[in-house]
Amino acid sequence: MPFVLRSTLLAILMSSVSLHAAELLNASYDVTREFYKDFNPAFVQYWKEKTGETVTINQSHGGSTKQARSVVDGLPADVITMNRSTDIDILAQKGKLIPANWQTRLPNNSVPSASPTVFLVRKGNPKQVKDWDDLVRPGVTSVIPNPKTSGNGKYSYLAAWGYVTQKGGDATKARQFVTELFKHVPVLDTGGRGATTTFAQREIGDVLVTFENEVYLLQKELGEDKYEVVYPSVTVLAENPVSLVDKVVDKKGTRKVAQAYLEFHFSPQGQALAAKHYLRPQVSEVAQPSFKKLHTFTVKQVFGSWNEAENTHFSDGGIFDQIYQK
Amino acid sequence: MASQKKKHLLPGFGLSLGVTLVYLSLIVLIPLAAVFLRTTELSWHEFWAVVTTPRVVATYKLTFGASFLAAVINLVFGLLTAWVLVRYQFFGKKVLDALVDLPFALPTAVAGIALTAIYAPNGWLGQWLEPYGIKVAFTPLGVVVALTFIGLPFVVRTVQPVLEDFSAEAEEAAASLGANRWQTFYKIILPAIWPALLTGFSLAFARAVGEYGSVIFIAGNMPMISEITPLMIITKLEQYDYAGATAIAVVMLVISFVLLLLINLLQWWSNHRHGNK
Repeated sequence: MPFVLRSTLLAILMSSVSLHAAELLNASYDVTREFYKDFNPAFVQYWKEKTGETVTINQSHGGSTKQARSVVDGLPADVITMNRSTDIDILAQKGKLIPANWQTRLPNNSVPSASPTVFLVRKGNPKQVKDWDDLVRPGVTSVIPNPKTSGNGKYSYLAAWGYVTQKGGDATKARQFVTELFKHVPVLDTGGRGATTTFAQREIGDVLVTFENEVYLLQKELGEDKYEVVYPSVTVLAENPVSLVDKVVDKKGTRKVAQAYLEFHFSPQGQALAAKHYLRPQVSEVAQPSFKKLHTFTVKQVFGSWNEAENTHFSDGGIFDQIYQK
Repeated sequence: MASQKKKHLLPGFGLSLGVTLVYLSLIVLIPLAAVFLRTTELSWHEFWAVVTTPRVVATYKLTFGASFLAAVINLVFGLLTAWVLVRYQFFGKKVLDALVDLPFALPTAVAGIALTAIYAPNGWLGQWLEPYGIKVAFTPLGVVVALTFIGLPFVVRTVQPVLEDFSAEAEEAAASLGANRWQTFYKIILPAIWPALLTGFSLAFARAVGEYGSVIFIAGNMPMISEITPLMIITKLEQYDYAGATAIAVVMLVISFVLLLLINLLQWWSNHRHGNK
């Protein structure tokens, strides 16, 4: 009996020791699964070599807004990695989990990687789609996820808007253009992956408007001979920001390793891993012959901020809603 | 005067009722109350503005209209299926019987993806319908198809046991008194299974109103045309508009409750009319 007791005590002691070994939870969005499968082991090794500590990194994936809501509602994520700054801003606004100036804490506004919105067309480009103007030609249909429910859809919408204004058009022209564009969208899926399925499996639409990294993954998955990438003359650069969740790391005592984890995103090794997964590195001069040079703009440059873009375009009764009002 | 308290013949009434009430409160009432509470963040004016925007109103029409249509289809074909399963012996009956429950067991997203694949313009069925100008996937018709699929078991499973218990003597008596087959069905069998049919109908309807997973893939989700109300709720949540989402949820709850109450009243009335129990 005493032996059982002693070994139980020992087990409790051991488990409490192992609790002290750092464990991070990264709340991320849907399509970063493959990236973090590569990135996390690289960081674990880096951290082990640097400090001798073993760190375990757990991943939680889901729709970006859903993930942000979970963190606000109490998911103990140490770091959050999203595809829109709005989904991190919400942690400051609703949960007071991070300071409002979180973007200033890491290089390049806390954006290690980004991906432009591009077109995917069927082999041979039968409808001869070259640029945004071709998407509103009679007989051409595009698949874009619903901007109300999908970050990917929001970026596509803003890219079309910015295309017009970057070419010198005013807001009225831009509005006419996006209105016309969405008349050529036969299906509004709720998320980016759903739109990909509609385009690839259901064979609906001539063009899929989505992120460059999604396009490459799709080509790898379904064969490079079935589709072609078309780069529009101007497009939006979807930035993928990252942040600590201050309240969580301070409670768990993981600030140091979480900070290092985020900084690793900006290191040459982290940047190279992003490039490997077709995410464009933003800070380091990683040799990137495979990325086509593009004329891009950020949401901040054209729309002021994500919050302004949300309020003007995607809020209830906003410009996107008005497109569908009779 | 003696106590007015009515004595129950069956013991344990107090305990079982208590447990039932606690259970229902925990599982149903408290979560629903929370929904109502959350909407109090909105003023009455704001609440009304959220739930009456044209886009949201269009979703009520589709959700309740398509659910009603799907439940009616299931009423007819569910009865037929139950009839075949009870009244005839044939090879593969057990398999057919098991098949009926499949929509219960299948994750709704799987059902949605499968139905979309079949009814899409390049799908097995869709390609034959397309030349006739019939589009199912990505239209309101697709919503009806998905809701019919998930509602099928309800009517079959509520009508089946009643049909099984229905004594053949009643039908024989009707026949010997000169009723033709249609009269026997209409005057003898239908009144007996009517309550079960109505129950099955209301269950199928209620299930369809709340359905999200299977519909979302096949609907196409075009504003004003093929958006369902649950999608509106998700849309609001995606914008961190918790109060707006619950406002729409409250409207759904109230409409569903009123409709289910009406169906129950109808059932009660028909029971009385036919003198059952």
